[in-house]
Amino acid sequence: MTHSLFERPPVGAVGDAIAHESAELHVTGHALYTDDLGVRLQNLLHAWPLQAPHAHARILSMNTAPALAVPGVVRVLTKADVPGVNDSGVKHDEPLFPDEVMFYGHAVCWVLAESADAARRGADAIEVEYEPLPAILTVQDAIAAGRFQGSQPVLRRGDVALGFEEARHIFEGEFEFGGQEHFYLETNAALAHIDESGQLFIQSSTQHPTETQEIVAHVLGLTSSQVTVQCLRMGGGFGGKEMQPHGFAAIAALGATLTGRPVRMRLNRTQDLTMTGKRHPFHSKWKVGFDEGGRLVALQATLSSDGGWSLDLSEPVLARALCHIDNAYFIPHVEVQGRICKTNKTSQTAFRGFGGPQGMLVIEDILGRCAPLLGLEAHELRRRNFYASGEATPYGQPVRHAERLQTVWQTLLDSSDFVARQSEIQAFNAAHPHTKRGLAITPVKFGISFNFTAYNQAGALVHVYKDGSVLINHGGTEMGQGLHTKMIQVAATALGVPVKCVRLAPTRTDKVPNTSATAASSGADLNGGAIKNACDQIKERLAAVAAGTLGVHPNDVRFENGKVYPLGHPDQDMDFAKLVHDAYHLRTQLWAAGFYRTPGLHWDREAVQGEPFKYFSYGAAVCEVEVDGFTGAYRQLRADLLHDVGDSLSPLIDIGQVEGGFVQGAGWMTLEELHWDKFGRLATQSASTYKLPSFSEMPEVFNVALLEQATESGVVYGSKAVGEPPLMLAISVREALRQAAAAFGPGGRAQELRLPATPEAVYWALDTARQASGALVTADD
Amino acid sequence: MQTLKLTVNGKPFHAPDVRPHTTLLNWLRDQGLTGCKEGCAEGECGACAVLVARSTEDGGTRLESVNACLVLMGTLEGQEVITAEGLGEPGALHPVQFEMAVRGGSQCGYCTPGFVVSMAAEYYRPEREAGTAHCGPNGFDIHALSGNLCRCTGYRPIQDAAYALGAPDDSDVLAERRAQPAPAPQAIHLHTLDGEFHRPATLAEALDLLDTNPAAKLLAGGTDWGVEVNIRHARAPVTIAVDGLAELRGLTWTNEYLEIGAGLPLTEIERRLGDRVPLLAEWFPQFASRLIRNSATLGGNLGTASPIGDSPPVLLALDAGVVLIGKTGEREVKLSEFFTGYRQTVRQPGELIKAVRIPLPLAPTTGFFKIAKRRFDDISSVAVGVALELDGDIVKRLHIGLGGVAATPIRGTQAEEALTGQVWNEKNVRAAAKLLGSEGTPLDDHRATAAYRAAMLEQTLLKFYFEQTRQGVLV
Repeated sequence: MTHSLFERPPVGAVGDAIAHESAELHVTGHALYTDDLGVRLQNLLHAWPLQAPHAHARILSMNTAPALAVPGVVRVLTKADVPGVNDSGVKHDEPLFPDEVMFYGHAVCWVLAESADAARRGADAIEVEYEPLPAILTVQDAIAAGRFQGSQPVLRRGDVALGFEEARHIFEGEFEFGGQEHFYLETNAALAHIDESGQLFIQSSTQHPTETQEIVAHVLGLTSSQVTVQCLRMGGGFGGKEMQPHGFAAIAALGATLTGRPVRMRLNRTQDLTMTGKRHPFHSKWKVGFDEGGRLVALQATLSSDGGWSLDLSEPVLARALCHIDNAYFIPHVEVQGRICKTNKTSQTAFRGFGGPQGMLVIEDILGRCAPLLGLEAHELRRRNFYASGEATPYGQPVRHAERLQTVWQTLLDSSDFVARQSEIQAFNAAHPHTKRGLAITPVKFGISFNFTAYNQAGALVHVYKDGSVLINHGGTEMGQGLHTKMIQVAATALGVPVKCVRLAPTRTDKVPNTSATAASSGADLNGGAIKNACDQIKERLAAVAAGTLGVHPNDVRFENGKVYPLGHPDQDMDFAKLVHDAYHLRTQLWAAGFYRTPGLHWDREAVQGEPFKYFSYGAAVCEVEVDGFTGAYRQLRADLLHDVGDSLSPLIDIGQVEGGFVQGAGWMTLEELHWDKFGRLATQSASTYKLPSFSEMPEVFNVALLEQATESGVVYGSKAVGEPPLMLAISVREALRQAAAAFGPGGRAQELRLPATPEAVYWALDTARQASGALVTADD
Repeated sequence: MQTLKLTVNGKPFHAPDVRPHTTLLNWLRDQGLTGCKEGCAEGECGACAVLVARSTEDGGTRLESVNACLVLMGTLEGQEVITAEGLGEPGALHPVQFEMAVRGGSQCGYCTPGFVVSMAAEYYRPEREAGTAHCGPNGFDIHALSGNLCRCTGYRPIQDAAYALGAPDDSDVLAERRAQPAPAPQAIHLHTLDGEFHRPATLAEALDLLDTNPAAKLLAGGTDWGVEVNIRHARAPVTIAVDGLAELRGLTWTNEYLEIGAGLPLTEIERRLGDRVPLLAEWFPQFASRLIRNSATLGGNLGTASPIGDSPPVLLALDAGVVLIGKTGEREVKLSEFFTGYRQTVRQPGELIKAVRIPLPLAPTTGFFKIAKRRFDDISSVAVGVALELDGDIVKRLHIGLGGVAATPIRGTQAEEALTGQVWNEKNVRAAAKLLGSEGTPLDDHRATAAYRAAMLEQTLLKFYFEQTRQGVLV
């Protein structure tokens, strides 16, 4: 029996718009998260960090004795307690207990106490002597000082010198933009204890349980087999819990090992903001050439990311930025150099899009700025440069389904009534001196798969019990993205049973080992492939049994909705549970381990060449904004999104990902601003100072659709990944704001706009536009 | 040490060992009611929202949502609290929970119990009525959710859930509950190793306590003190909670003034005033969030004397006075003379703020301008209140209140003086706006640059002028 990965049976749960598998638990407050579990344990200890008040300093001495005098304090964890390797990262540049403070708020030791309050008082009592050292706090300073870390890859195609010779128009510029805090509602948390079998058991809010397990094992000098990590679910991850949780889990594990008591570690919001990494800020310097028709001929750029104090995931983030600087556009001659600045700030890390958005922003900013100089409307300039079938990216990957760009673009222009609204906006702007509207459309082309080829594998464990009930387990983690819901749908479809027959057990490393991070939008592609593989194995064995009972060839046994019947004779059905019961008595294996590896990938990270992606996700967004000329304040009047998720596994989930990604991206584009003061202290270290989108940032009219007839033949049940790509649809918000700001001045100008485009940034942009027109507006609005 | 008694989700709870700084959020979680989540511990995210039963003016009960992270346990003696767990259960969902679940209103689910609670409060709001302006088709005021943050959904499915809600049916026990009286505020005294917590029964008792403990922390809605306790780990040896005092909860109209009790939650003022003070009606929805306004008071907002508090600019524009009361009697101080320095006021030890008085008649034309990054629930970088009275086209009276541009809230006196007695026209307003732009000593910080703050002072007066002109209110 052969099993097609992408073909769907005529009946099955995939494609049904069902609610999140935990929705009833969420809404009743019964859904449990890591820190909800502590109250169930006896003798719980609470961990609290002592955070250094310097951006860069040497620790000269540390006296922990006063902490032990504080009532309730049980122990202080320091470097001397580490039985294994004093390191919490995978690059061996992140000591769990540092000798040298590398950023303001770096944890230098941890206090364990009977209550969190006592632990905090204990931390306050510890005496540390620091020798402050010079700190580098900005990308500009790092560039000036030549302070880089990691490799410095160069993406190259063609000959940019030749390209610039051929170009009719050449422009140069710089663009620097800030990072973004994940602000998952659930802060980092871990809970460790030595369980009844003597193993170290850790509950962790982690996107990468296997790596958490490995880091804990190496800190404690244990083997991976002696450590189990479980992640029930996360209250949001967005990439922020791909690497950051490991050290925190190690602290809880170390405390539990040394005291024999369960240890709870939960960062409060300020600790999470000041201690964990964020989206990488980038600086770019660029030179671009266009031909007389506005087509891109050459792009030369240097991208400098702010990696913070340690390498973390900065190298792959940079690689993905390089692989997305083309976005949807064919550029014949390309030379882009990448480098990672080392600064005394939090170690910047994965965040939804993983460098892709940063690369894309550079080219979209270039096009938005240059369009008026080329005498073209921005949307026309973008369309003219789209990839055509048969063209390849600068890193050598053919752009499969490039025609979908045109389809998405044209469908959205039509459905959003783009052209008519452009004229309406022109009329509105002419009539309103103090209020202007802007309309923009931007595309997204996003590569799916981990650039790091080895990560593109997954495992699953599927059990069918004698009563016909099904228990599935896979290596992916649930952080709200609906992965578990999709996996239940995949299993139900593959086994031909209703979704209610399938239960999904929490992710843990002793069920499915050696898992990859749930990241790169790949969770459903990889784990879905593994679950389907396991289910197919079981179904094949069951089909053999059923063939005997039903008197047909095994290939002609159909599994649907909990019934099994011979092809063409649904009336001769038997219950799935009955078949399972019979199969057991015939000594049939009713469980299977599934495995999936994405075929056809290769990547040379030194040469920055290869085919790192299985396929591309496409999308586009139209956004209309209205800007107040007095204050720069604005509203999103309408957004229309069209996104390619292949054939959706779960439309309610996918629409939620598209909308949520867009609003999160819009937060970064417009609102979310990380502000470090001159001491290197994060000034926006709470919810009252770091603002994320609220109801007021939702577009007033919000039309979201999934591209139809979009089967992806390389992926489970014809679907595509969805987690990251929609975030970049929000670039349309910034481009619409650019249009509106420019409308306060004369045409033909390159309108610059800071990112984030806060009301203040928009005010200065429109003020510049007004200055350019030189006219004081006096007419009535 | 005293044992508190309160009702949670209909069940009686005894809370021994409660300390003066124990929050409802932490206490609930210690009881295993972990549906109540900590997202920020400063009243910004709403993940800890719970319902509390409060009295209506006609002796019934109103179910209001508050941030449990900012509620100190000492204020809950004898009170009733409902959490998301108390609204429904898996398999027996509350209508709010059902709509949220089936419409994709939860993704990671961490903010969800808080949203459910805020939505339930609005679901049970007696005044909710289809056809109300600025509300959903079912009368749902989306501002009820402005204090809840979600990082996953982008809010659209949550709004859909809110707008899909019908009216509570006859079997709804919480809807029934609204007809019964709410628990009365209970006096309490907690004496613990961590300090004293008093909740006196009368104003006279409060003033006695304050007289004995002049450095005591006065607690009203707790939306500022709760943040200090949680984020900066502030601890007070003596706390006096005045939130339940009837003497601070009046709302009186006389011929000369409107007097608003310093201890009235802003939501209640908003409800009781309706549109009668247009400047306040415009201002309320821009003050923090419904979750905060359900607790926060004018007394607290003025007493903390923050230069970026949002009430001073409007109250300065309304030329309000502050009524201070001590054991020796009460006095009224003009708000423009109330603030003496950064977080300092003329309030003497032993005094508390009893009420705010707004002189009548009100200026006919007013405006409030809040400059912030986010439109809902943000802290102002600059806030400007304007109240104008014209005689023909001559400016008879102009009051401009400013926040965020100096160590204290201030009046825009240069612009006021420049325009008073002058013709209200674009030329004069532009000249005055320039002067307004030079008021105060704005700073650069994470919210805005000094240059933007100064520009916004100038621009808001122009915006006020052009908006009024366009609306035909003024010519």
